[in-house]
Amino acid sequence: MKIKNVMLGILPVMVFVALWEGIAQLNMVPQYLFPPFSSVMMEFYHLVASGVLLDNLLSSLVRVIAGFLMGSVAGIVMGMGMGCKEVINKSFHPIFGLLYPIPALGWAPLLMIWIGIDEMLPITLIFLCSFFPVLYNTITGIKGVDKEVIKAAKTLGASDRKILTTVILPLAMPNIFTGLRLEAGMAWRVVIAAEMVAIPTGIGALMMKSESLLNVEVIIVCLMVLSVMCLAFERFFQYMEKKITREWV
Amino acid sequence: MPAIELRNIRNYVFSNLNMKVLDGELLVVLGPNGAGKTTLLNIMAGLVDYEGTVLFDGIPMDKISTNERHIGYLFQNLALFPHLDVFSNVGYSLRVKGRKKEEMARKVNELLRLMKIEHLKCRYPRNLSGGEKQRVALARALATSPKALLLDEPFNSLDTEMCKCLRREIRQVQKTMGITTVFVTHNLADAEEMGDRFAVLNNGKIQEVISRGIFLLQSGEDESDSSAKFHDCSQCTIGCHCTSIEQDYESADSPTYCLPTLMKS
Repeated sequence: MKIKNVMLGILPVMVFVALWEGIAQLNMVPQYLFPPFSSVMMEFYHLVASGVLLDNLLSSLVRVIAGFLMGSVAGIVMGMGMGCKEVINKSFHPIFGLLYPIPALGWAPLLMIWIGIDEMLPITLIFLCSFFPVLYNTITGIKGVDKEVIKAAKTLGASDRKILTTVILPLAMPNIFTGLRLEAGMAWRVVIAAEMVAIPTGIGALMMKSESLLNVEVIIVCLMVLSVMCLAFERFFQYMEKKITREWV
Repeated sequence: MPAIELRNIRNYVFSNLNMKVLDGELLVVLGPNGAGKTTLLNIMAGLVDYEGTVLFDGIPMDKISTNERHIGYLFQNLALFPHLDVFSNVGYSLRVKGRKKEEMARKVNELLRLMKIEHLKCRYPRNLSGGEKQRVALARALATSPKALLLDEPFNSLDTEMCKCLRREIRQVQKTMGITTVFVTHNLADAEEMGDRFAVLNNGKIQEVISRGIFLLQSGEDESDSSAKFHDCSQCTIGCHCTSIEQDYESADSPTYCLPTLMKS
């Protein structure tokens, strides 16, 4: 049954690759515009062997992890404050309500002026893209915790801090993880866009260089790497969520 | 000296409530829905705002927060922690108070044995039946070795057989441990089996406090009807004398009773 399921997943990919290879080999479109799968794989091998792909991937990865970690931690901490204390919620909700709808990339021109075109630009953009969804998911998770359960913890002798760490936060986890999972993929999309417009290193920058050289194979390799990284990040958080909450959700 | 005393309690339900619960007794507070039963327990637990004085063993509790009142509270919906297994649920109070792991394990295992749920210690609440959840919640409430045990209609969601069984078990545990207990309910069968004394609460006022003997005498004539319940006087179907609304006796399937009717001699 498991093998059958795996085959069902692989088969469409194999058909897609075969069609891609076949159509490209027919030369109906020039191969420099639509290269066959085999050429893309050859380019992939060269990029890995020369270290170009790994260097650029590492640059992007560091930015994503740094921005995502900072944005998520800030979102969770702020969300805990706003979820637990109504006075904090009332104070910050109006301003966050205004800033949340702005797409992360919309901040790019302003941030270029304010912080310049350097490493901090994509990190800040990823911070902004991660912060708001994690913040709102954390608030929703915390506000959704059953009030009776909190009362029960109080009667059992737990202080407010203990209630937060042992009851509220664990019970808000499913919502927090939903935010993290959704934004993990989004962080990669944002870093690529930032690198395309402003930063000379990273997967996005490699794509832009390849575009100017009409090197379609490299662009496709970069897109494939991007797809795998988005998927890997989302799956990682999905796995963590299941691991932490599977017994009780 | 009474174990729990309420003096001149006032809040959004009570105007001037006075009440005493004697040391080691199980006081049943009877009343219809909306009478203020849960609010009464919440006042004792410090979970709602109030004016007046709550004393435990003569010591005022009003400035003491809920987590320092040393009470065990069995909530109506039980409020088990869904993210913790049975062992951790029962041991929660010991963990937050920083007790040593060995001490916690010993105490929790003792309570699990007492409540006959040792075999469930690794299960999560979502995998427990109603009766099992009840036992876990009671074990958890007892883990703190509370000064007072507050029971808020804990049998509401259980079938009759399970209810009977748990009533006896809780009563036995309460007697064995000698914990002063306040048990609120609107169910006469629960009250009859559990109580040492009975307080009748209606519209935010204690109308009457009676001993077990008198209670049994008064409710004896209605023993055949185990479904007897308290309810709003305006809906009484057996000739309630506390309201001027005329009742349609013929339409009633089974008789129900309002508080003043039951308590009339």
